[in-house]
Amino acid sequence: MTDTLTPVLTDNWDQERSWTLTAYEDRGGYGALKKALGMEPDAIIEAVKESGLRGRGGAGFPTGMKWGFIPQDNPRPKYLVVNADESEPGTCKDIPLMMANPHVLVEGVAISSFAIRAHHAFIYIRGEVLHVIRRVQAAVDEAYRAGHLGKNIHGSGFDLDVVVHAGAGAYICGEETALLEGLEGRRGQPRLRPPFPAVAGLYASPTVINNVESIASVPSIVEHGAHWFASMGTEKSKGFGIFSLSGHVTNPGQFEAPLGITLRELIDLAGGMREGHELKFWTPGGSSTPLLTAEHLDVPLDFEGVGEAGSMLGTRALQIFDETTCVVRAVLRWTEFYKHESCGKCTPCREGTWWLVQTMAALERGEGKESDLELLLDQCDNIFGRSFCALADGAVAPIASSIEFFRDEYLAHLSHGGCPFDPAASAVFPSTTGATAGASR
Amino acid sequence: MTTTPEKVDTTVDLVTLTIDGVQVSVPKDTLVIRAAEEVGVQIPRFCDHPLLAPVGACRQCLVDIPDAGNGRGFPKPQASCTLPVAEGMVVNTQATSPVADKAQQGIMEFLLINHPLDCPVCDKGGECPLQNQAMSNGRGESRFEGVKRTFPKPINISAQVLLDRERCVLCARCTRFSEQIAGDPFIALIERGALQQVGIYEKEPFESYFSGNTIQICPVGALTSAEYRFRSRPFDLVSTPSIAEHDACGAAIRVDHRRGKVMRRLSGNDPEVNEEWITDKDRFAFRYLHAGDRLTYPMVREDGELRPASWPEAFAVAARGLHQAGAAAVLAGGRVTAEDAYAYAKFARVSLGSNDVDFRARPLSSEEADFLASDVVLRTPVTYADLETASTVVLAGLEPEDEAGTIFLRLRKAVRKGGTRVVSIAPYASWGLRKMSGQLVATRPGDEPGALSSLLGHADYGVDQTAVVLVGERLAAVPGALSAAAELAAKSGARLAWVPRRAGDRGAVEAGCLPNLLPGGRPVADAAARVDAATTWGVDSLPETVGRDADTIVAALVAGELGGLVVGGVDPDDTADPAATRAALDAASFVVALDLRETEVTRIADVVFPVAPVTDKAGTFVTWEGRPRPFETVLENPGSLPDLRVLAGIAEEIAALGQGSALGFRTVAEVRAEMTEMGPWDGERVASPTVTAAPPATGTRLATWKQMLDNGRLQDGDPALRETARVPVARVPAALAGSIGDAVTITGDRGSVTLPAVVTDDLVDDTVWVPTNSFGRGVLADLASPGSTVTVTGGSL
Repeated sequence: MTDTLTPVLTDNWDQERSWTLTAYEDRGGYGALKKALGMEPDAIIEAVKESGLRGRGGAGFPTGMKWGFIPQDNPRPKYLVVNADESEPGTCKDIPLMMANPHVLVEGVAISSFAIRAHHAFIYIRGEVLHVIRRVQAAVDEAYRAGHLGKNIHGSGFDLDVVVHAGAGAYICGEETALLEGLEGRRGQPRLRPPFPAVAGLYASPTVINNVESIASVPSIVEHGAHWFASMGTEKSKGFGIFSLSGHVTNPGQFEAPLGITLRELIDLAGGMREGHELKFWTPGGSSTPLLTAEHLDVPLDFEGVGEAGSMLGTRALQIFDETTCVVRAVLRWTEFYKHESCGKCTPCREGTWWLVQTMAALERGEGKESDLELLLDQCDNIFGRSFCALADGAVAPIASSIEFFRDEYLAHLSHGGCPFDPAASAVFPSTTGATAGASR
Repeated sequence: MTTTPEKVDTTVDLVTLTIDGVQVSVPKDTLVIRAAEEVGVQIPRFCDHPLLAPVGACRQCLVDIPDAGNGRGFPKPQASCTLPVAEGMVVNTQATSPVADKAQQGIMEFLLINHPLDCPVCDKGGECPLQNQAMSNGRGESRFEGVKRTFPKPINISAQVLLDRERCVLCARCTRFSEQIAGDPFIALIERGALQQVGIYEKEPFESYFSGNTIQICPVGALTSAEYRFRSRPFDLVSTPSIAEHDACGAAIRVDHRRGKVMRRLSGNDPEVNEEWITDKDRFAFRYLHAGDRLTYPMVREDGELRPASWPEAFAVAARGLHQAGAAAVLAGGRVTAEDAYAYAKFARVSLGSNDVDFRARPLSSEEADFLASDVVLRTPVTYADLETASTVVLAGLEPEDEAGTIFLRLRKAVRKGGTRVVSIAPYASWGLRKMSGQLVATRPGDEPGALSSLLGHADYGVDQTAVVLVGERLAAVPGALSAAAELAAKSGARLAWVPRRAGDRGAVEAGCLPNLLPGGRPVADAAARVDAATTWGVDSLPETVGRDADTIVAALVAGELGGLVVGGVDPDDTADPAATRAALDAASFVVALDLRETEVTRIADVVFPVAPVTDKAGTFVTWEGRPRPFETVLENPGSLPDLRVLAGIAEEIAALGQGSALGFRTVAEVRAEMTEMGPWDGERVASPTVTAAPPATGTRLATWKQMLDNGRLQDGDPALRETARVPVARVPAALAGSIGDAVTITGDRGSVTLPAVVTDDLVDDTVWVPTNSFGRGVLADLASPGSTVTVTGGSL
């Protein structure tokens, strides 16, 4: 490991039974909570604002500002909701974090709730990851028993109840208003805004919804100060973040580093590309961010840098694909995902993803004509920015960008009468069924 | 397509914006899609409906907003159905913005990829917003060559409503209507993505009295009705506006007919009355018009048998019979138009020389007649709009969901808007009351007078001058109840309105179809009023004594004090004592029946006249508010004569025999002119009745009212409609839960009935509730009179 890494949330991941309260407290855990309980809630909000922490769930909205939107004169209860519905293809930071270090999240929930004056907090965890749900539940139980949660926490007079809620298996519930619907027991479909959740969110009450990593970053800000946090990262993208590398790298995994690190550095940290192969394309922030290529290796991975490169930092889910990968195949798989996960509420997403899959699949089979690429791009244009929520924007991002960078590869499918790639060659594990498995038809 | 030209109220704040280069000022909070209508731009839409909360689901109404009013524009097209206007906003619709136009065309193309495009066989084809807007705002040809999503067609979501999931564009209008307007959220969107669909919970079918509205607001052919599906094409239909004849609400309807036959009925759009909603009864219950037992020619009895007769012969025979029968009376029924009621009222006075006339074919009282004269006739204290501004609406003897659906919807809207509270004096909190978040004043049948009086000065109920009291016609059967209601209104300042059940009831009151009232609210007992009426009618005098009401007419016929009887549409089983009414019909020496279809009465009558149904004549229904709802002829049918023409014909023949005089009119227009000429009575009114409450019955008392969908004869002919009626049950109080099985047998002085038992926790003790006309010949004929003592025993079905 080089010193480009700034392990904070991941610092204890290699500790024996790191997920236990004992292990967490051994390293000073819950010290920030005790400190926070001695502070004015507004001072905590101010510190988070000063730290420059921006939402780690992808959109990058300043966390402190979001907390400041909560109308404290509203007589209704305030709620904190943690969005732990990590479901994006490629994104794998919250789930390992909650597995290895659930208490940093619980401590963050306690401090954040205190700051926004919420007495109920909910951690909405993706339903498929039962092991993670159990681990967070166990951590919450431990925290209750240790007096970090519950009534009159550490004598401060502050009460907080935390509910760990299991989702029911819908990607759309990562969209914050759909999450609230799900939390209230309804179908996960996004709500009309305004009113925004800060004004009328969960049970029509003021609600802050933050990503796991955002909330988990709060204890360190309280403990070390806003300036410590702001000293890392870049001018407008402060602090550290977990970068998840997956795919064709030697050592895939989570790398916690200051924002603004480059993919070149991260690939080095991951032991380089798969032996004997070179980078072809990658996603900076999960499958809903436009693809980038080897020419973007030195793009600073912060909100502005990736934006300028034509993509989005998103969840820093770096999926790395080498030259053995068929971009059409990869993008089609994602498109199928979005079709499956479209909630159905609005037309462009519901119908558009249905159509995109068929158009993409035909292209992969080598059926169609060059003008179908224009049709595909026009479908994307008719979807992007026209849908009710951002799900459909994410669905078209890889399609449009892949055509931009790899138009010839799409055309090669047409001239080749199918996929010119050997899918087995791109598998990260050796094929057991021979090199022809899944080969082009 | 639904568009609402919103009235610009000058008292509200106006916001000025520019749409397609045209400056327009609209009330603040107006949605852009409706502001655009003001400048004449129709933005295409599917999910948007002016009476439903915005949802922004279909995305068809995308427009370009280069300036949101703050100098900055939206980078992407915005849904105009969810976006409120802002001062200085600039909106470019498809008319001026290529971006908006392309966005709309893109959405339309998406909507059609999974649509079956089966317009040639679709009921909606020809009046379909999807079809129309695909032409106006879509591409000429689809670029989609893939595989469409398919579903088995169609599936029932109720007996009446069928769902074709392939055609559905998932706008959620139907589900939102059911939740927001009707309060019957028995349909909901289920599944996701392109497989999303409208679904039901199998154990709770879509049994809503208002389900037909979902068919009408469906912007595609996804929802169709069982009885209309594949029956006709919109472009073959002729549409005529009319007024629904099933209750006293006066809902505006549209009658669609083809070659002289009504094919379907839709809701009209009348913001003052029913907005855009009607009950399923108003929508589907018209096939009685085509019933096989419709009377089509006059008949006279000869040698004991009815035989066809010509109109002149029938007039002459009827006149001779009535002339020879001596004293005769008139029972007009509650379904006649105000014009026909006027004719009955005048016929009784001028031709028969009697005040023995009554429209009430149901339990009644002289207290009620006095109440109608003192507190109802000529009065219009409450409108639908007033229900929305009232602080409290008290319901007594009235179950709006069953008996006045339009009132129910308006009250529910008022409650949901906040500010209005519903308080119901009833034996239990019905489903309808619960949907209005209403408060129950649990009251045993017969105890209503005390319950009404208790509201006075009761801080919890807040009955003051901002309140409205609605009393149902059922209170007539409770001595002292209407007196108590009048007292409550007088002492609290609350406005009081009487809500009858039948469309003709209020018009009949106004037209003088009562033994104590002449037309225009003229009291019979008031000599000046009699002179006033006699002057208009050109007769020397009018009978001076207050006449017999329906109950005493029956008694007098049985006693032989009356000989002749003219009967409009009266079913003996609806009357207070069906057996007595039958006996009276038997005892009458001469019966003239005017009816639509063959009935028990026409079978025993001496002369039978077919009368025109509402479709075949012009007329006026007067709503419970006192609002006249005139309608014109839908179907020109020369062989179909209104009651007033028949009565005029008989009166002319009677006059020829030297009795009374002719009525002086033969057409609806002439009656209307005469009613206008006569005008309302401007003299003194009689005082409100002050009947004291009688000691109520002991033991278990029978509570009952008619459910909206039941065995009523006007609902004949649409089996799908009847299937959506609620299953008849007997409601028993919790105290009886342990002592009965899954059914109870209720026995009264007229018979007994066994029904499935539903233990109803909030049903007041010592009370049992059954629907009035949902089994056998109904409660009055087969069980007991309302409020009387019955015995309840456990049983099984």
